[in-house]
Amino acid sequence: MTIQGWTYLLVGITFSVYIGIAIWSRVGTTSGFYVAGRGIPPFANGMATAADWMSAASFISMAGLISFMGYTGTIYLMGWTGGYVLLALLLAPYLRKYGRYTIPEFVGDRYYSQTARVLAVFCAIFVSFTYVAGQMRGVGVVFSRFLEVDVTIGVIIGVGIVFFYAVVGGMRGITYTQVAQFCVLIVAYLIPAVAISWKMTGWAIPQIGFGSTLIEGQYAGMALLETLDAIHRDLGLPEYTGAWVGGKKSMVDVLAITMALMVGTAGLPHVLIRFYTVPNARAARWSAMWALIFIGLLYTTAPAVSAFARVNMIETLNEQPYISAPGWFKSWEGTGLIVFNDRNGDGLIQYSGNADTNELTVDRDIMVLANPEIAKLPAWVVALVAAGGLAAALSTAAGLLLVISASVSHDLLKSVLWKSMPQNVELRMARIAAAFAVVVAGILGIYPPGFVAQVVAFAFGLAAASFFPILLLGIFDKRTTKEGAIAGMLLGIGFTAAYIIWFRFVIPTAGADQWLFGISPEGIGTIGMVLNFIVAITVSRFTPPPPIDVQNMIEDIRSPIGNRDA
Amino acid sequence: MVVLLSFWFVVSYLLGIVFVEPLNQFHLGGFPLGFWFAQQGSIYVFILLTFVYAFAMDRIDRRHGVDKSPALDSPKDSSETAE
Repeated sequence: MTIQGWTYLLVGITFSVYIGIAIWSRVGTTSGFYVAGRGIPPFANGMATAADWMSAASFISMAGLISFMGYTGTIYLMGWTGGYVLLALLLAPYLRKYGRYTIPEFVGDRYYSQTARVLAVFCAIFVSFTYVAGQMRGVGVVFSRFLEVDVTIGVIIGVGIVFFYAVVGGMRGITYTQVAQFCVLIVAYLIPAVAISWKMTGWAIPQIGFGSTLIEGQYAGMALLETLDAIHRDLGLPEYTGAWVGGKKSMVDVLAITMALMVGTAGLPHVLIRFYTVPNARAARWSAMWALIFIGLLYTTAPAVSAFARVNMIETLNEQPYISAPGWFKSWEGTGLIVFNDRNGDGLIQYSGNADTNELTVDRDIMVLANPEIAKLPAWVVALVAAGGLAAALSTAAGLLLVISASVSHDLLKSVLWKSMPQNVELRMARIAAAFAVVVAGILGIYPPGFVAQVVAFAFGLAAASFFPILLLGIFDKRTTKEGAIAGMLLGIGFTAAYIIWFRFVIPTAGADQWLFGISPEGIGTIGMVLNFIVAITVSRFTPPPPIDVQNMIEDIRSPIGNRDA
Repeated sequence: MVVLLSFWFVVSYLLGIVFVEPLNQFHLGGFPLGFWFAQQGSIYVFILLTFVYAFAMDRIDRRHGVDKSPALDSPKDSSETAE
């Protein structure tokens, strides 16, 4: 069977499973819709959190990015896993203990302020929409390459599926679909990685193969990473494992970006609400551990995939005649994601670190998708990767859409505008809001704003600069007042947004020497977070302390006894 | 908890970033050591930290007898059954 045939088959099967789960787990209460009735066991929640968290960016783009960045790719590996340590130790068990349905709800109650609540709603919606646009683009790329349908139709199919299971099944439907999607995506990621590792190094475990000796090709007998360093030197590129060598990010920037991504992860609403779905604080701690194990499975494999793909790609293409380029090269060329420009007219593909003689441009987003074909794995493996990419994109999109829907129906309508809204009306509103959000996400996927990559920095920066400090102080510092929290959030968001807009859109060509302390816009959320902390703590000391019932509530959150389910 | 968070800090920011070059003088199999910490070791340590924390908190809960409190074992949200 051809790659296309296999892809239709596997995508068809997985999509039917998702729809089946949605019908089986449909909900009729707001609690079921927002937090899956709080009945999810930690192990299952760990899988769902992993699928929720690992987006099209993790599955499709990350290994490719690392492949081109080498050591510096560490910012994603550590940044997107280390946040779970903060979540497990500092936030998840306490937020679960408090109960409730959403993050803005906690902020509004803890800071006894509708202003703080509305500010949090705004941040949650902005962060989630930014993210969802990227997922829908991922869906479009997979559809257009593997099923050869138009990107628009691909996005519409994806939107249709998410629409169905998010609107019908709510959080419970999303959770069990995410468990299935995690299984699909991790199998799809590991099978080609294991196969390639086995072929290239004789080790079936990619994490070991990554540090072993190559057994095939022109570099047989050399260690993989040494080979990569040598190839990079020959091509005039900075060494793969080198840290602070020419052309790579500076140490201070790597520190800032890693911190911003970690803290941003711990402040992302769609990740935080997953911990509301378990029965108690203890289950929240264990599900954070399971989530990190499941995420770690992919994240420790990814850098190995990057290294294998790098060697394979250069070995397969560099100095080879264009006429005899393999089939996958031609198919990706058709999508415009690989570009060959024969500058010296010798008919050979020459890859080089020198921009004037380099003839090959490969989009970083295609490395994972193209990898099985580059390594000449069978057609069903290629199709499986396509199904996995779709699972990663759809699972994250669904989680984000639920945040948007809950923010609108629960935090804006129910808590601010119409306090006596009956439960059945609220549930209908939640479904309408989810449906509306899905359609907007679809439009963003069909007409992606050209700056998707840039706005992702925004999402993490804002989450780091707004939610994380406010949640942490809300739990651990009884003295933090509403004035402090609002001032801290406004300054954190304002500073981070202004910095990113200035260096991304106003003067995007500015180099590291113009950046504040040499920190790029990706890492500036770290400074925004520090500012938020300082301002929130200082202003709180000069304003009247929080009311006594709020102080009691904080005591209660931190006490290990009892469990609020309201 | 402070101890666990200091491990988190040391492994990711110090071993994986600040001291990566001196550590790269050493090798772990085919890996330069600093590079290994940055791209593999740190993630294993993160998992270990969340495990130790969940395990230790369970022990503290047991010692104070709060793990037997009925509310902690309630599997379902009350409003779920109310509908």
